[in-house]
Amino acid sequence: MSIEIRGLTHTYNPGTPLARTAIKDIDLTIEDGETVAIIGHTGSGKSTLVQHLNGLLKPTAGSVKVDGVDINQKGVDLRTIRWKVGLVFQYPEHQLFEETVWDDVAFGPRNMGLADEEVRSRVERALAAVDVDMALAERSPFELSGGEKRRVAIAGVLAMEPSVLVLDEPTAGLDPRGRQDMLRRIQRLQKERQLTVVFVSHNMAEVATLADRLIVMERGVIVMEGPPQAIFAQGEQLEAIGLGVPEMTALMGKLRAKGWDVPDSALTVEEAEAAIMAVLRREARVGTGGDI
Amino acid sequence: MVPVATFRNITIGQYIPGESLLHRLDPRTKILVTLLMVVGLFFIDTYLGYGLAALYIALAIFRSGIPPRFLFRGLRPVIIIILLTFALNSFMTEGEILWQWSFLTLTKEGLSKGGMLAIRLILLIVGTSILTLTTSPLALTDGLEKLLRPGKRIGIPAHELAMMMTIALRFIPTLLEETEKIMKAQMARGADFESGNLLQRAKSLLPLLVPLFVSAFRRADDLAVAMEARCYRGGEGRTKLKQLAFQAVDFLVLGGSLVFIIWLALSM
Repeated sequence: MSIEIRGLTHTYNPGTPLARTAIKDIDLTIEDGETVAIIGHTGSGKSTLVQHLNGLLKPTAGSVKVDGVDINQKGVDLRTIRWKVGLVFQYPEHQLFEETVWDDVAFGPRNMGLADEEVRSRVERALAAVDVDMALAERSPFELSGGEKRRVAIAGVLAMEPSVLVLDEPTAGLDPRGRQDMLRRIQRLQKERQLTVVFVSHNMAEVATLADRLIVMERGVIVMEGPPQAIFAQGEQLEAIGLGVPEMTALMGKLRAKGWDVPDSALTVEEAEAAIMAVLRREARVGTGGDI
Repeated sequence: MVPVATFRNITIGQYIPGESLLHRLDPRTKILVTLLMVVGLFFIDTYLGYGLAALYIALAIFRSGIPPRFLFRGLRPVIIIILLTFALNSFMTEGEILWQWSFLTLTKEGLSKGGMLAIRLILLIVGTSILTLTTSPLALTDGLEKLLRPGKRIGIPAHELAMMMTIALRFIPTLLEETEKIMKAQMARGADFESGNLLQRAKSLLPLLVPLFVSAFRRADDLAVAMEARCYRGGEGRTKLKQLAFQAVDFLVLGGSLVFIIWLALSM
């Protein structure tokens, strides 16, 4: 499912002394099956942008089309749009409310008016997708650990089986292990269900491993857009708006500055290792040895 | 979308920073004048009196630099109460009959009384919101604490009251924001807060209220710990960084308003 955004502008509290334009004239197309990361500083308009994707916010100007349908047109049922475009808010565990984990995850599917049988299979699939043991299903969501709550809350959106999954900082406040697991899960989901994934982050290593395309936002406008390698190659510009490059990309940059012939596109430790080993092997074969 | 948008229309308790004369006045001056005005408005019972009071409030709005349109938006939530007051008084007061239809009787006296009550309500709301719009919550409670301090001898816990008010005012916007966020999160899961009968609607509020209470308690806990960690132990012996001090302009405004409002209340 593709999303097409044209000239999107949103102003909070319009017509009052507190008016504030959060995003200005955004043009963005998200293709079917793509994983897109939106990065930017706090207050750059990331969260405002994603809340337009399922019609929770109405544009002050511009349009949002989901599968070619302008979702803010009269007569469009926003609830059905929200079933197709699942939005996971920042700290989604704050939305848990039911007596049991099961009921909480079932809230979405039940709102869709599905039959009990279908609700059950969806809840099971959703909990499995986020690695929540079925033994927890009858527990109160408030008894779970922070990480478990987060996963249950995400399952609550997954249970609607949307074709676009939008996540606002899904790893915020998780420990490194929890972050990795979360990213792995998102990646797996994307592959298994052929999802279109849009996620907001300000962790560079995270977006480097997951995203096909990066959207860099600054003060309500898109300042850069492209595949991670291309974006990270412009390290200085990223630094200028207060965002860094992934550690490994920075390392490659430093090695190149010292005269090493490594590519500047390494994003992960594995890629960096391979690049460095390649250089070392080459040097050993040539036999110059050299001081490393 | 309707309920989410309405939270942004609440102007009661909101503060708009500024540099106007009204912003610079001592909070105690503003609290006293507002109090005086509220009491005064209940004594006025002629249209001329209300006209003069309206003029006085209009002057205050003008000097505060707050857009009048923004001020009147604060009336929107209470417009029904105002209309109801007007209608009830117009039809329920006995007197010279102007219009009659079955059990409804519109009288001249009723119309005049209803109109006056409606104007009184409007002036009360607009007048008091000038206070909160031009005074930061911190200054407001600071002023209140100082005004209440003499009452300590008769057992009024001035500091504690002021602290409670500061905390309450501080958390109104936070809770509204939180409400909006949770509402949106549940709407993203297909929750419907608008349709259905009264019982269904009340039930549909559960997904909103449970997380809201949970987060309010969590915040209260965090705040208590944070306050204790900074050695807060009540108002005893506590000093202030910014001491309130009356300026010449405060005495001028206070004196002028006192004379004007008392004259208005007694003669109109």
